[in-house]
Amino acid sequence: MTRIEETFARLKEQNRKAFVAFVMAGDPDRAASLDLIKGLPAAGVDVIEMGMPFTDPMADGPAIQLAGQRALEAGQTMKDTLDMVRAFRETDARTPIVLMGYYNPVYSRGVDTFLAEAREAGVDGLIIVDLPPEEDEELCLPAQAAGLNFIRLATPTTDARRLPKVLTNTSGFVYYVSITGITGSAEANAASVGPEVSRIKAATDLPVCVGFGIKTPEGAASIAGIADGAVIGSAIVERIGRGEPVDQILTFVASLAEAVHNA
Amino acid sequence: MNAPQTNSFRNGPDERGRFGIYGGRFVSETLMPLILDLEAEYGRAKEDPAFWAEMDDLWKHYVGRPSPLYFAERLTEHLGGAKIYLKRDELNHTGAHKINNVLGQILLARRMGKSRIIAETGAGQHGVATATVCARFGLKCVVFMGATDVERQKPNVFRMKLLGAEVVPVNSGRATLKDAMNEALRDWVTNVHDTFYCIGTVAGPHPYPQLVRDFQSIIGKEAREQILEREGRLPDTLVACIGGGSNAMGLFHPFLDDTDVAIIGVEAGGHGVDERMEHAASLTGGRPGVLHGNRTYLLQDEDGQILEGHSISAGLDYPGIGPEHSWLHDMGRVEYVSVTDEEALAAFKLSCVTEGIIPALEPAHALAHVARIAPKLPPEHLIVMNMCGRGDKDIFTVADALGVGL
Repeated sequence: MTRIEETFARLKEQNRKAFVAFVMAGDPDRAASLDLIKGLPAAGVDVIEMGMPFTDPMADGPAIQLAGQRALEAGQTMKDTLDMVRAFRETDARTPIVLMGYYNPVYSRGVDTFLAEAREAGVDGLIIVDLPPEEDEELCLPAQAAGLNFIRLATPTTDARRLPKVLTNTSGFVYYVSITGITGSAEANAASVGPEVSRIKAATDLPVCVGFGIKTPEGAASIAGIADGAVIGSAIVERIGRGEPVDQILTFVASLAEAVHNA
Repeated sequence: MNAPQTNSFRNGPDERGRFGIYGGRFVSETLMPLILDLEAEYGRAKEDPAFWAEMDDLWKHYVGRPSPLYFAERLTEHLGGAKIYLKRDELNHTGAHKINNVLGQILLARRMGKSRIIAETGAGQHGVATATVCARFGLKCVVFMGATDVERQKPNVFRMKLLGAEVVPVNSGRATLKDAMNEALRDWVTNVHDTFYCIGTVAGPHPYPQLVRDFQSIIGKEAREQILEREGRLPDTLVACIGGGSNAMGLFHPFLDDTDVAIIGVEAGGHGVDERMEHAASLTGGRPGVLHGNRTYLLQDEDGQILEGHSISAGLDYPGIGPEHSWLHDMGRVEYVSVTDEEALAAFKLSCVTEGIIPALEPAHALAHVARIAPKLPPEHLIVMNMCGRGDKDIFTVADALGVGL
């Protein structure tokens, strides 16, 4: 079992929902970003999603675009991102880390090299936005062979005909995108997302987490009520963009975690 | 339909949308069902005589096709070598080849019941063509344009607005063409039900590179017939400029299996193709990567971050190139060269004074390469160059580069 699978199994036993937090690696700089990431487990984060910054984040809204720009301007490279995972693993052997981003920086490094480095550094899974099932041979299948989970996005446009294809090579958990749109846009509505989550759960035994458009502890609680977990990113990185100190951000993260865990 | 030839350069893409390793469908899951729908609809339209009858009618009566194949007599004399023909796609309605493709995509959008059209634009030519055809069919049109380009290309921005389009300045990233394309994709992923994304070049996820090529191939089909009529034989050399590569692909594709025809694509060399990376020559100065839905040659740093292209021509400064060009480059079927800003400007002036044709800065790049090779070739050597756009939009840029105040 990967750390992701262990984590969801443990949460299920405890009858608790998962809180998945997204932060951009290297935002606003390497030191502050590492401090923040090291503080996430104690703030109640069950799964850490670390963004790999990219110049052209086509699926992201302004908050995460700017986070990536800040990281790149501070000089963040793929090597730095993997080094941060290594540094985190020195302090935490249990919390899963999922790297999230776009394919080109991975492809540029070389898929085999990247997978070997990621696994050695302590990465547990990947979410690559621009790799649909049609391109599984690129990275999804090699990643699974290397022992990493490949977490796929399912969306409102993933209809019944297409869902089995999306679920086939997915592992770890399914990430349901609550809206048609980019990260950090319209507020996700639990009443309309609920039936969609049920539709996906009927087709898979994997846990289903919901993300895109969750901004507040209240929103997180209502989404967690209808899924196995909630993913929050933009609302966290916006605070980094505003220059809030790490401890203040961790306090906000803890409020989100509490809302999810009590749902 | 004839059975596909096994040793043909014209069979691509395969069923996965690949030209060799290039192309593909690197998009988010939200968009995947949309591009599958588009692929299916294009498959039906392509076999539907009524679709092509409507295209032909619009091409003829609205665009003004066929565009002439013109013997550039004074240019030929001046260069003193090969016989030079210009395919006059700058005479099309809206002043460039862009409308050939836009018409096809808008007819597809109508077949699919889409009421809102989005497009990206750099110099503004594709934006103007899209706004034009949307006005013609009464469709809502939203054009994404980098804020830097909005500033540089004010006349085209105003044209689009006159035609009823909404122009959205894009401030994300570096605020140029690739950022406009990112923003168009973000809009599409948000408005999946009523919106059709009209891509302006032979790039993007499958089936765009294929369908844009097919619509632009009217250029090469006409040129082939016209040169046979004029000269009784095929040309020896084809030359076209390349940003994303749609005018070039349109000219080249019908000739790809005529192996006696040499084919040359001209990329924008900006300030020179060297380590400063102040150019937009993806093939001569980039390496394969994945961006905007397809694998192709890209300008990127060693960590896979995309670099900005530079060219005096806003229509060429895109960091990628259509995937079929990447494949033709690797196969060695097409030769790709680059031309600097300075050389393009010299060719721009040459066209004005020898032929009375003010070319767009994009085909001025192609002409600069023609001027390089023609003098060394014999008079019976036939060159066909695609004059894919007119230069009205560029007079401010050129005046600026020549130090002339308007």
